[in-house]
Amino acid sequence: MADALQALVEQVAGARRAGQTLRIRGGDSKVHMIGRDCHADRDLKLAGYHGVSDYQPRELVLSARAGTRISDLQLLLAERGQTLPFDPPAFAGSATLGGTLACNINGPGRPWLGSVRDAVLGVQLINGEGELLEFGGKVMKNVAGYDISRLQAGALGTLGAITEVHLKVLPLPEYSVTLAYDCSAEAALQQMAEKARQPKPLNGACWLDGRLYLRLAGAQQAVQHTAGIWGGEQVETPLWEQLRDLTHPFFDGEQPLWRLATNIHTPAEKAGAQCIDWGGSQRWLRSLPGTIPAGSHLALFAGGDRQSEVRGELDPVQQRLQLRLKQSMDPAGMLNPGRLYSWM
Amino acid sequence: MNSIDRGQLLADLRAILPDHCLIDDRESQRPFECDGLPLYRELPLLVALPETVDEVQSVLRCCHRLAVPVVARGSGTGLCAGAMPHPEGVLLGLSKLNRILDIDPDARTARVQPGVSNLAISGAAAAHGLYYGPDPSSQIACSIGGNVAENAGGVHCLKYGLTVHNLLSMELLTVEGDRTSLGGTGLDSPGYDLMALLTGSEGLLGVVTEVTVKLLPTPEVARVIMAGFDSVRAAGDAVGAVIAAGIIPAGLEMMDALAIEAADEFANAGYPRDAQALLLCELDGTEQEVEHHIAAVQSVFTQCGASSMRVSADEAERQLLWKGRKSAFPAVGRMSPDYYCMDGTIPRSQVSHVLEEIARLSQHYQLRCANVFHAGDGNLHPLIMFDAGKPEEIARAERFGADILELSVAVGGCITGEHGVGLEKLAQMPSQFGEAELHQFEEIKTAFDPALTLNPGKGIPILKRCQEYRALPARHRHG
Repeated sequence: MADALQALVEQVAGARRAGQTLRIRGGDSKVHMIGRDCHADRDLKLAGYHGVSDYQPRELVLSARAGTRISDLQLLLAERGQTLPFDPPAFAGSATLGGTLACNINGPGRPWLGSVRDAVLGVQLINGEGELLEFGGKVMKNVAGYDISRLQAGALGTLGAITEVHLKVLPLPEYSVTLAYDCSAEAALQQMAEKARQPKPLNGACWLDGRLYLRLAGAQQAVQHTAGIWGGEQVETPLWEQLRDLTHPFFDGEQPLWRLATNIHTPAEKAGAQCIDWGGSQRWLRSLPGTIPAGSHLALFAGGDRQSEVRGELDPVQQRLQLRLKQSMDPAGMLNPGRLYSWM
Repeated sequence: MNSIDRGQLLADLRAILPDHCLIDDRESQRPFECDGLPLYRELPLLVALPETVDEVQSVLRCCHRLAVPVVARGSGTGLCAGAMPHPEGVLLGLSKLNRILDIDPDARTARVQPGVSNLAISGAAAAHGLYYGPDPSSQIACSIGGNVAENAGGVHCLKYGLTVHNLLSMELLTVEGDRTSLGGTGLDSPGYDLMALLTGSEGLLGVVTEVTVKLLPTPEVARVIMAGFDSVRAAGDAVGAVIAAGIIPAGLEMMDALAIEAADEFANAGYPRDAQALLLCELDGTEQEVEHHIAAVQSVFTQCGASSMRVSADEAERQLLWKGRKSAFPAVGRMSPDYYCMDGTIPRSQVSHVLEEIARLSQHYQLRCANVFHAGDGNLHPLIMFDAGKPEEIARAERFGADILELSVAVGGCITGEHGVGLEKLAQMPSQFGEAELHQFEEIKTAFDPALTLNPGKGIPILKRCQEYRALPARHRHG
């Protein structure tokens, strides 16, 4: 694999010398979502650079090359009773670890279990100068230097081509139950707020199609005891996997899929299809919302016009900082040009 | 960097700040000469203590115009000389920005100014059954702004994360004094995650003027198991066995024989004085969950050969068992005129090897060393005992400390888990990072602070621009 890594470094360095741009590709599972359409002179293919390089269950640390499939990681971890806490989509086996970090894509437990951004301990990447760099490491706490590892989360490969990731993993919950309640979106938001304030093993809260779903996970006695208090109907449902993998019928169809990052106080939309996830922090919408509250961020997650900007405008100060940051890691702007913003 | 006109600076800052917010005379500046690492001291040109965000902004604009270095400071409890003043700069104290602006129980957030103490946030949230997760030992005094600058941890990190995991948004002033907001009310924000980059950046990239933190529901119950072991190795194995059993304790701390003795002498916590290592394992959650996990951990500790075990029966006993651990630093302080606290983080599997090496180094340098360890997340705090009245002993303590940091890197760890690099660990940065990585840090620094006036000489070594900034102050000043 050392040769394969060297070949990747050579490709980036060669493109840099030739003044060419590169489109970074993993498993192509998210190529039409999250970012803008990206056009570049050449592809840099990471899917073939895969494999777990280190896994120490007792350290709760796993290291794998960027092209490693999420589905393979989940299988390996499950054998040891562990899991990726951020529960990323596997997208039918095509999603890779590098792409998952670059997109910072996370499952329905995010408010309670964290994100891949939260779990990443270190990365190896190739910056836009064609240099192979390592940041962070395999330990839980590390504050030496800037946190360039977490910075890769959501950067869509525009700061570097991620080649290896070190992650914190966690034990699988011993037991899990989903409770369902028939109610309006407004009532569901109220319930989500009330339930999330309680010190109970809640790790999922979603409203969809007139039903509120609460997921409890942890020690069996604690889950059963809480389920007894909270009532509702205990259901066996594929809902959480469908939310994670975007396979629920809500996500079907050609119309644009919007994602609003907000908090519990944002009222439910009066019209249009919506799914409230992350205990009210994430709203999936199939049409533009009426208003966007201050501090909330709307993004065109999938579909629609992906040639224009797909995420909110930055204020001029932040735009300046972000552009300078981009230039500090990719001075020629050769990595995934335009994927994040048209001007980046 | 041109020579700084102190008279001009003073006149300009007087036009911005009320008189009581500027400290000009040397004697009144003394309390600001160092942070929690008094080995490194320096007096600034001026101390500025603004009372509003607008004043902070004006001070930054003024310093930017005059090319004056600015060192931001919270409560000064840091342990890496990160807040040590620059001799040609302004020390920007943010302690007067100390208001809790809003607690939002339904969104489980607290919006606070940077000078608010860590513990005050939990204090204000308690009425709603909520608290703020990260709990550094200095939490009574340390400010949330300083916590952000250092990405502070504490004893509950393994389960509840570091500062970086518990932030939702922040207000930032750039070195030029321009304002922007990072993060948002939700969990995703557009563009790069500058909040992640700023957290732990040691005041090198900007000045944080407001922070919104996430709050957690206060667990129904927390209990602690204390277990003594006949060897460090057995205790280290027990830590791994707890994790392997699928349990993530709220806190998992280890102390070695010298730390046990010091802490128990100080706190009378009933620690097993004959043990070679002690583990404190806290479990929190619902009553059913804690009961279940207590039984499981007791069984693991028994199998791992615990020589003694005690489970807290009530809150008072839990507090008592923690009291020894939480007072370990001052307790060691009673055993020795001075101590030097290190902060390497290592893979847990290397604990016994590293502690054996530290014991060997202790012999070599003829300095005692007590070890307190966030065992759950591999963060080691060796406390090297020395006498600051003896310059030769200081030098030995520093060499001992440097050896421990390099040892941490050699076993796959890092030089600092939660205290930061500051001035103190600058010399060890090249043992953890190669030249290309250090160069990348430098590029990021200059992206945010082209003239290198924010906390110069800290955090990251500047390679190519070394001619452009003033030489570091002499390493050893003991005023």
